Amino acid sequence: MTLIEVKNLKKSYGSIHAVRGISFSVERGEVVGFLGPNGAGKSTTMKLIAGHLRADHGAAIVAGFDISAHPIEAKTHLGYSPEGAPAYGEMTVREFLRFAADLRNLPNPSERVKKTLELCRLNEVAHQTVDTLSKGYRMRLGFAQAVIHDPEVLILDEPTDGLDPNQKFEVRRILKEMASRKAVIVSTHILEEIDELCTRVIVIAHGEVRCDESKEKFLQRGADLNEVFRQLTA
Amino acid sequence: MSSESSPSTPSAPSAVWAIFNREFAGYFRTPLAYVFLAVFNAFAISLAFFVGNIYEAGVANLDRFFLYHPWLWAFLAPAAGARLWAEERRQGTIELLLTWPISVWQVAVGKFLAAWLFLATALFITLPIAFTIGYLGDPDVGVIVSGYLGSLLCAGACLGIASIASALTRNQVIAFVTGFLACFLLVLIGYGVFDEFIGGLFSRNIIEEVRRLGLWRNLEPFTLGLVDLRPVAYFLTLSFGGLGLSTIIIERR
Repeated sequence: MTLIEVKNLKKSYGSIHAVRGISFSVERGEVVGFLGPNGAGKSTTMKLIAGHLRADHGAAIVAGFDISAHPIEAKTHLGYSPEGAPAYGEMTVREFLRFAADLRNLPNPSERVKKTLELCRLNEVAHQTVDTLSKGYRMRLGFAQAVIHDPEVLILDEPTDGLDPNQKFEVRRILKEMASRKAVIVSTHILEEIDELCTRVIVIAHGEVRCDESKEKFLQRGADLNEVFRQLTA
Repeated sequence: MSSESSPSTPSAPSAVWAIFNREFAGYFRTPLAYVFLAVFNAFAISLAFFVGNIYEAGVANLDRFFLYHPWLWAFLAPAAGARLWAEERRQGTIELLLTWPISVWQVAVGKFLAAWLFLATALFITLPIAFTIGYLGDPDVGVIVSGYLGSLLCAGACLGIASIASALTRNQVIAFVTGFLACFLLVLIGYGVFDEFIGGLFSRNIIEEVRRLGLWRNLEPFTLGLVDLRPVAYFLTLSFGGLGLSTIIIERR
C-alpha cells in the first residue's frame, strides 16, 4: 500500500532552485534513507511533504490525502520531526508531549503521553524542562512528538544527528520496532547508518533524485560508500 | 500501539484552547512577565499621580489615569506581543505548529487571546486606583467600568498591530521596535502633531478625519462613560485586522 506519493515536486527560493522535480513513492513497511550533501534539497523535500512549505509545482500525497488540498487530514496521518528537534524550552517533557497530544485531539491523551514516554525511554526526564535536556534526550523528544499518535507516515530529518553511538542505537531500535507498520523517510548523512536503518535508499543532489534503489543494491555499488556517494552527488 | 487509537481530526475549539493555555502559562514561565506587570503598574499609577495630578485635581474620576493608557499600550503591547510569532520562528517550533493537524488561524486566535488576557491582567492589577478614588470621593462606577473597557480594547488594538510586526520577523527586538513605532504613530496622530505637515496638503476636514484615527480620540469617550459604536468598531478593526493579517503572513510563508 502506497503511503507517500511525491509527484514532480519543485520549490525555489528566489533564484535558488532547491528542489527541481522530485518524484518517488513509499510503501508501507519501507524505511527510505534520504542521502545527499548539505543543501542538496533533502530538508526542503521533507518540509514539502510535511506541509511546512508549499510546493511551487507538483504534489505530495500522504496516506491518500494531498497535503495542500487536504492538509488537516494528511497531517493527521503524519508524524514529522524537523531538523534539530525544535520544542518549547520552558515546558517540561511531559507537558510538551501532552500539548502535542491535545493539539492532535487524541483520545486518552494522558495514556498516550505515558506510552510515548516509555517507548522513547524519556521517563527519567519527564519532569525536566526542554531547555535542560541533553542533546540525546532532546532528539528523542523530537522523535516522541512525531510518533505520539502512532502515524502511518513518519518523516524524520536527521534524527540521529549529534547522538553518541548508544543513543543512535536507541533511535534505530525504536524505528525498527515500528517500521513494519509505517512508511518512513529518514534523512542522514552518515552513510554507515544505511545498512542499520533503511530498506531503501534515495540519493538527492542539486535538488534531483540521483539514485533510488533497494539498500542491498545500493550497498553493492562499491566497497567504499564514501566514494559511491561522491560519484552520485557530483 | 496500533490502530486502537486511530487519530481523529482535531476540533477547532480544543486546538484553540490548547494553544491559549500554553501561551498564557508561557508568559508566567519567564521573569519577564512579572517585570512587565510591575512596569505597567508603576507607570500607569505614577503617570496618573505625578504627571496627571489626579490627586490635586480634586475630581473623583479616572480620566487622568486613562489619559496615558494609549502611550502605555503603544509601548507595552508590542513588548508583550513581540514573542507571538518571532519566538516560534527563532525556536523552530513554528515548524511543528505548521505540520500538526491544526490550521494557522486556530494558532493565531489562541495566541492572540492569551496575549490579550495577559495585558488584561496587567490592567486589572491597577484596580486599587479605582478603589482609592472610590474611597476619596464618590465616582460614577459606570464611568470607571467603561474606562477600563476602553483601555482593554485599546490594548487589543495595539496587540493587533504588534502581532503583524511579530509575524514578519524572527527577531523579537525588531518585532518590538516596528510594533512600537506603528502604535506610537497612532498615538501621535490623535494629538495633531502632524497637522502642520499635512495641513499644507489636505483640507481641514481631512485633517480632522485623520485625527479621529488616533488612539486617544477613540479612548476618550469611554473615559467619559460613553460606549459608542464607532470607537468600539475602530479598536476591534485594529485588533482583528491585525490578527487576520498576521495569520495571512504566516500562511503565505
